[in-house]
Amino acid sequence: MRHFRTVLSTAVAAALGSALAQAAISDDVIKIGVLTDMSGTYSDLAGPGVVAAAEMAIADAGGKVAGKPIVMLKADHQNKADIAANKAREWNDVEKVDAYVDLVTTSTALAVMEIAKNANKVVLVSGAGSSRITNEDCNPVTVHWTYDTYAMAKGTGSAMVKEGGKTWFFLTADYAFGQNLQKDVSAVVEASGGKVLGAVKHPFPASDFSSFILQAQASGAQVIGLANAGADTTNAIKAANEFGIVAGGQKLAGLLVFISDVHSLGLPVAQGLTLTTGFYWDYDDQTRAWSKRFFEKTGKMPTMVQAGVYSSLMHYFKAIEAAGSDDGPTVIKQMKSGPVEDFFSRHGKIRDDGRLVHDMFLAEVKKPSESKAPWDYYKILRVIPGDEAYLPLSESKCPLVRKS
Amino acid sequence: MDFLNIPLPAVLAQLVVGLINGAFYALLSLGLAIIFGLLNIINFAHGAQYMLGAFFAWFGVQYLGIDYWFALLLVPIAVGAIGMLLERFLLSKLYREDHLYGLLLTFGLALIIEGVFVQLYGVSGKPYAVPEALRGALNLGFMFLPKYRAWVIVASVVVCLGAWLVIERTKLGAYLRAGTENPRLLQAFGVNVPMMITLTYGFGVALAAFAGVLAAPIFQVSPKMGSDLIIVVFAVVVIGGMGSILGSILTGLGLGLVEGLTKVVWPEASSTVIFVIMAIVLLVRPAGLFGRER
Repeated sequence: MRHFRTVLSTAVAAALGSALAQAAISDDVIKIGVLTDMSGTYSDLAGPGVVAAAEMAIADAGGKVAGKPIVMLKADHQNKADIAANKAREWNDVEKVDAYVDLVTTSTALAVMEIAKNANKVVLVSGAGSSRITNEDCNPVTVHWTYDTYAMAKGTGSAMVKEGGKTWFFLTADYAFGQNLQKDVSAVVEASGGKVLGAVKHPFPASDFSSFILQAQASGAQVIGLANAGADTTNAIKAANEFGIVAGGQKLAGLLVFISDVHSLGLPVAQGLTLTTGFYWDYDDQTRAWSKRFFEKTGKMPTMVQAGVYSSLMHYFKAIEAAGSDDGPTVIKQMKSGPVEDFFSRHGKIRDDGRLVHDMFLAEVKKPSESKAPWDYYKILRVIPGDEAYLPLSESKCPLVRKS
Repeated sequence: MDFLNIPLPAVLAQLVVGLINGAFYALLSLGLAIIFGLLNIINFAHGAQYMLGAFFAWFGVQYLGIDYWFALLLVPIAVGAIGMLLERFLLSKLYREDHLYGLLLTFGLALIIEGVFVQLYGVSGKPYAVPEALRGALNLGFMFLPKYRAWVIVASVVVCLGAWLVIERTKLGAYLRAGTENPRLLQAFGVNVPMMITLTYGFGVALAAFAGVLAAPIFQVSPKMGSDLIIVVFAVVVIGGMGSILGSILTGLGLGLVEGLTKVVWPEASSTVIFVIMAIVLLVRPAGLFGRER
């Protein structure tokens, strides 16, 4: 009988103890799950570089937050929503992951956001681009860090119309992201007084773009908007170069171009391209210092997605430290409470809809003669203030936004 | 003058562009057909070998100072030699087994080669410049055709016809065809059939590598370039008839044209149209357009 009492009291004590721990750091560990494309189309702009950025963030936090160790899990979602969802469910049920990180490709992000919402876990989206993530599909546990299709459209679209590119023709990747991007850019172009002459939806992925380029050429549009990403964009730019699009007076607008794309194309082909980016390594001393460390680790300069992952994790760790808890809604509330200022985010703040609004850059790819060093690729034409770049809250369809 | 509401010059331009893709399909499916004809192996590594061709050309420029024209000659020999080693030490063990084993082996090899290249070079690929002599464009009246694209058509048609002539019109080709029909009898006549098989596989692989070098200046030299293309090429081979030499060349060019037209009329369907044709051909003529029932 005495034995039974001991067991009982131990059990009660243990239950109490864990209940107390729940309020602070669950399972005495901060677990982050990096879900990204490790070997597919987007693995150069996200992938192993994202893992490296996350490792840097953990190391810079000293491997610990609020006295508890940080553990990172990583997995390849192969850009497939079902794989991402299965992995996230496994991580949630078995591994008790506290935050899901990166999620390149919109469909994977949307799938994981749903799971995390039900489990009250945090999602830090960096790679995925659709503006839906913080608009009609927004949820209280998701923060969208680096960029979105609206900001890309706003930056590049309005700049090109202002420079006289009044008529547009789109090459659009035939899936959610491409169509979303085309829609966002068309709205911006028309609002700035331009006109959309037509579009061709190409299969995703496509390898030969000469046919689509010829159609764009025949349209006579002043600007050819590339509403696609990754290898589709690079192949389209190559074909455009070969068929003399730019030489013929038409302009190319890369609506989602990463520095990894420019690197793989080389400046002779990519020069003159106008683009919008959330981060450029050679902007100031802070960006250079961080990027140099990244370069030493990976041998490449970071894309905006990779830099964004580091920045989002550091902000997440600080919020846990300040809140003394890793409970999803509590941390998100903490994250949204203050400004986000670091090498990546300028004048940054996280809005009610989960959008990190920070300054974006309008850039032009340099001519080979202007490039002084390896990776010296962009001329920053203009800093676009965050409030101008991102969808105004007054137009948001996100139910979390308090309309006054 | 219009065709399906599209101005005729635009249609002509699309046909020319389609022919260029057809030229690649023809080169690749020819290699596959030759290999299948003699070895009865469905060479799933063909896409990876095409990719190796492009990468070897890039290595040549990057590290050895070998220009495009030498690469066009040397790379097929180098990749073909690798192919021959592969045949000698791996594929040759499988001839007595079902087709499926050869398919699985080559498929596995393709995944390994592709994986290694992704690991080493990333997926975005490397740029390869168009050779000096072929820069610029020709004015055809209805379009500006980049000189390099014109060269692709010429080179692949010449190589395809050359291969066809060798197989159909020379003594060596006669041995090859005999080996396809009845390898044992041929061996009884004193022909070294295993050696012939090795050389044939090497030749098929060399054709893939040749296509890879041709493709390098047009597409990004990237580890995924082969797997993007190979499924379409298999469909071409099936439509043309497995093992039919002339069939694979003609179907390759023809399907390039069909695909080109689809890209204007209904672009979203352009990646599917070849498979729709494949399904129809399989229903109507299971042996393919130019194939014989076995």
